[in-house]
Amino acid sequence: MKKIVLALSLVTALIVTGCSTGASAGNSASEVKVGLSAPLTGDISQIGQSSKNAAELAVEEVTSAGGLKVGDKKLPVKLIVGDDENKPESAANVFQKLINQDKVQGIIGPPTSKCANAGAPIADGAQTVMISSWATNVNVTKGKSYVFRACFIDPFQGKVNAAFAANTLKAKKAAVLYDVASDYNKGLAEVFRDEFKKAGGEVVAFESYQTKDTDFKSQLTKIKAAGPDVVFLPNYYNEVALQLQQAKQLGLNAKFLGGDAWDSPDLFKLTGNDLLEGTYFSNHYATDADVPELQDFIKKYKTKYNNVPDATAALTYDAIRIFFQGVEKAGSTDKKAIRDAVAATKGFKGVTGSISYAGSGDPVKSAVMIQITGGKYKYAGTVNP
Amino acid sequence: MSYFIQQLLNALQLGSIYALIALGYTMVYGVLGLINFAHGDIFMAGAFFGFFIAVMLKLSLVPTLLLAMFLAAVLGIAIERVAYRPLRKAPRMSLIITALGVSLFLENFTRATLGGQQRSFPKLLNVQEFALGGATVTNLQILIIVVSLVLMLLLRYVVQKTMIGKAMRAVSDNKEVLALMGISLDTVVMATFGIGSALAATAGILVGMAYPVIDPYMGIAVGWKAFIAAVLGGIGLIDGALVGGFILGFVEIFAAALLPSTYRDGIAFAILIIVLLLKPTGLLGRPVVKKV
Repeated sequence: MKKIVLALSLVTALIVTGCSTGASAGNSASEVKVGLSAPLTGDISQIGQSSKNAAELAVEEVTSAGGLKVGDKKLPVKLIVGDDENKPESAANVFQKLINQDKVQGIIGPPTSKCANAGAPIADGAQTVMISSWATNVNVTKGKSYVFRACFIDPFQGKVNAAFAANTLKAKKAAVLYDVASDYNKGLAEVFRDEFKKAGGEVVAFESYQTKDTDFKSQLTKIKAAGPDVVFLPNYYNEVALQLQQAKQLGLNAKFLGGDAWDSPDLFKLTGNDLLEGTYFSNHYATDADVPELQDFIKKYKTKYNNVPDATAALTYDAIRIFFQGVEKAGSTDKKAIRDAVAATKGFKGVTGSISYAGSGDPVKSAVMIQITGGKYKYAGTVNP
Repeated sequence: MSYFIQQLLNALQLGSIYALIALGYTMVYGVLGLINFAHGDIFMAGAFFGFFIAVMLKLSLVPTLLLAMFLAAVLGIAIERVAYRPLRKAPRMSLIITALGVSLFLENFTRATLGGQQRSFPKLLNVQEFALGGATVTNLQILIIVVSLVLMLLLRYVVQKTMIGKAMRAVSDNKEVLALMGISLDTVVMATFGIGSALAATAGILVGMAYPVIDPYMGIAVGWKAFIAAVLGGIGLIDGALVGGFILGFVEIFAAALLPSTYRDGIAFAILIIVLLLKPTGLLGRPVVKKV
């Protein structure tokens, strides 16, 4: 018995010293390490590339300014990128590696909700700040004091679309087609349904499918028979392309709405401009909005990568800069101090709008509705929280 | 009524595609007793062959289709030569694992060389909608159904009436006696892989036209479903692939049409399990009688 107690206390002592050395090493770190988890390969690799581009741009800016001002020193920033393949299990691996092996002070991403939901408990458990760029699902930050995001949350996008359909488009009947296997799509769809009903409309069809499906004709035929004024497609751009094509082939005439997962240059390539004409989607920002920080970012991004940044790029850029600001304000590379500084962010001037955290990891910010016309995005209105 | 006709058309389109891919599984199984898990990826390769032929050589539909069928046949034969032939006498399990390996190789090789992003399949046909008693039908839909049925009839003819077809059935029947009859097993196997892969390429191009977003992983889900269709109809039987493909297409479409679509896959696969419980060798399969 004595031996066991002795062994146990030895182990405890080791753990305690291990921890304290870890913390003190953190305080006197010679560089700031930040991880990025993004789907560089897989079904939405475009999103991963945008995230990586934006993060590298932000790090480059810090480097050219001589590093981050931490306390009285200027520390260089090292970005470590992990490929989460848009798979929750890969995201979990990326988080384990970034936290345990690379010993990062914070993690940016993952952009998708399903991967963020896999990574968030790991980051929170390891007391490492995580700021997701684009994960709009409610559960990502819920009950986790180290998890933040730069974007608004799903209920808000469902609400924005429902309000826009009911008030601006004066729609009475709405239909929804969504991917039931993905948290993001399901979250938007359910809130849209509830909010549209609250606004006095009728949801005449609420249909689902599974990720990787390519044939939506059965559901779309059902939707057509229900005769909706608007069809809400809160799905990713590659599936939206097929859904719009098949809706046309079935002669389904309605206005189509969607969420920010529509926002990718590939949407046009895969769908074709004529099918997208007159469709709407909610987004984090509109490139034609008159905000100086935004126009400055678009210019820099365009010069470096030769294309217009999508919302993931803009949000990744905001997320990593919130983290940098947190490190500078904390004046230390201690993970707890960084967390407290990030949580106290007020009126951060991001490229996607002003960002504040009020007691939770979800920012208080507005959303825009965009109309696609002539193969281009056109700002169609702002909806405030 | 028009709603029903529309769903019927939707089911015919989906069923034709499943049937066309199921043929490849069933042929290889019938001849070699091997489940070629790489077949779904040959289907994907066929779609990519079609994509590059149409985009780079700017050929129209028929030459694109023929050239892609030829390239896929070469790919199928090459896979057999490199990966399956050396293992022909090895335990069945080694072959199945090799087939899975080839499948993963094709997916990841394609992703590594071409990238994982989706590509827009070129418009090889100007899609037009026609009204049909309240339902709409497209020329593409008709093309898919007709091409699938014609190819299936053609394959039936080849297997039943031609020399190579007879040889295939002979291999299926008894491999040992085959050599005594002066038939080369290698030739028969090559022909089987060639024809099966060419059919997969046809399906790849038809799918590319019907669902014009293609990526290196497009063969996985469709491949599994076509494999299930082949088993459902009775694997090893050409008519079985046809029956299984159409049944799976109908069940999927009508499960979503008549019930909440959330339950679609659950219901579709529950039906398949019930069918297999009642008829373990598939709908058209005859029970194997073992002589003592």
